[in-house]
Amino acid sequence: MKIVIINYGAGNIQSIKFAIQRLGYEAILSDNPAVIKAADKVIFPGVGEASSAMRKLKDSGLDTLVPKLEQPVLGICLGMQLMCTYTEEGDTKGLGIFDTEVQRFPNTVKVPQIGWNQIEQLDSPLFEGVLEQAYIYLVHSYYAPITPYTVARTTYGAPYSTALQKDNFYGTQFHPEKSSSVGEQILLNFLKIGN
Amino acid sequence: MLTKRIIPCLDIKNGRTVKGVNFVDLRDAGDPVELADAYSKAGADELVFLDISATEERRKTLANLVLRVAEKVNIPFTVGGGISSIEDVDILLQNGADKVSINSSAVKNPQLINDLAGKFGSQCITVAIDAKQIDGNWIVHLVGGKVPTELNLFDWAKEVEQRGAGEILFTSMDNDGTKDGFANVALAKLSTELNIPIIASGGAGTIQHFIDTFVEGKSDAALAASVFHFKEIEIKALKQEIQAQGIPVRL
Repeated sequence: MKIVIINYGAGNIQSIKFAIQRLGYEAILSDNPAVIKAADKVIFPGVGEASSAMRKLKDSGLDTLVPKLEQPVLGICLGMQLMCTYTEEGDTKGLGIFDTEVQRFPNTVKVPQIGWNQIEQLDSPLFEGVLEQAYIYLVHSYYAPITPYTVARTTYGAPYSTALQKDNFYGTQFHPEKSSSVGEQILLNFLKIGN
Repeated sequence: MLTKRIIPCLDIKNGRTVKGVNFVDLRDAGDPVELADAYSKAGADELVFLDISATEERRKTLANLVLRVAEKVNIPFTVGGGISSIEDVDILLQNGADKVSINSSAVKNPQLINDLAGKFGSQCITVAIDAKQIDGNWIVHLVGGKVPTELNLFDWAKEVEQRGAGEILFTSMDNDGTKDGFANVALAKLSTELNIPIIASGGAGTIQHFIDTFVEGKSDAALAASVFHFKEIEIKALKQEIQAQGIPVRL
């Protein structure tokens, strides 16, 4: 199985690569459209600020490639947010895969949310064997609201989407690569989709 | 529900783990990667590595250590100690650290906080503050608590938040090494006046101290070293007791 982590200079990609390695697979890092297109599974990471990450994505021409991919694609954290239509962070237009707008948490809660929270109403092959209310690791200031694509939700002040899915596109707000054994199960589930 | 975090801190010197008692005497407590793996399996929520080396190879040694930890450990970790530039942070995050912690370099050059938050995002920038009370005022100290500054803890903490820090790690020098409990009055004030997470550090001696810092100190996370390194408190038992008090923790 060819697993490619999109390397566009915005993300903690080493941790994802190591997590996949711990599961017994090898992932390659690439920004080459031909390599990405030929992969069986594509991981779209993202850490940092939305507008600068989007700019890097555009500079490498990957903003038009990602929405057209047909194999399973997993966006993680900012990667998931950039797969949405828009994010308030840096007033940034996203890839438009998930038709929703990412917003900043209100100041009634501490921002960023940092730490372990729970996922529920799990409704995706990503969560096979994962229990309702399992703990996952999050670190973020912006969130996607509940949408028709929501396949996991978490409450921080109010409920919001911690995972989205539409066709072959998956996104997690949490970091599966840092979410202990629960996260490893979710990553493994993603790698097994369609196999 | 977002849980309270338990964070073992590993002080690192030349690639090995040490623990400062009142920041002066150092005792060896094992290999960092093995210790990190053991803590992650024992239920730690996060780890902090604080590098106190003073050698020329320090940066390279630390970057290599971060890579080795990331390869092995499946929970988040923060790296601090001697970080003073965008380049320092870049290599650590690239090698797999989730957050970096800056301390003296932020006091000397506050703009560094803005620069790092702008480049890497607030969520991965922790500002560590060491302070102790002088004539009833909390004064920020540098160099492991040896050098006083002119800065008031609460003023500095607010400035740090405004400049884009995602989290504050507050160590009370008055409490550190005493095992008499955390500085909960100051912690509660920080947690109430600021809107970013606060990690309590300095003074952990008993399980009750952790409960107190979450309830009275309103802390979002609690950091400790020697009580974990010398197995005076087991993380699982600690979390069970905290949960029994109705405080959310990951079990």
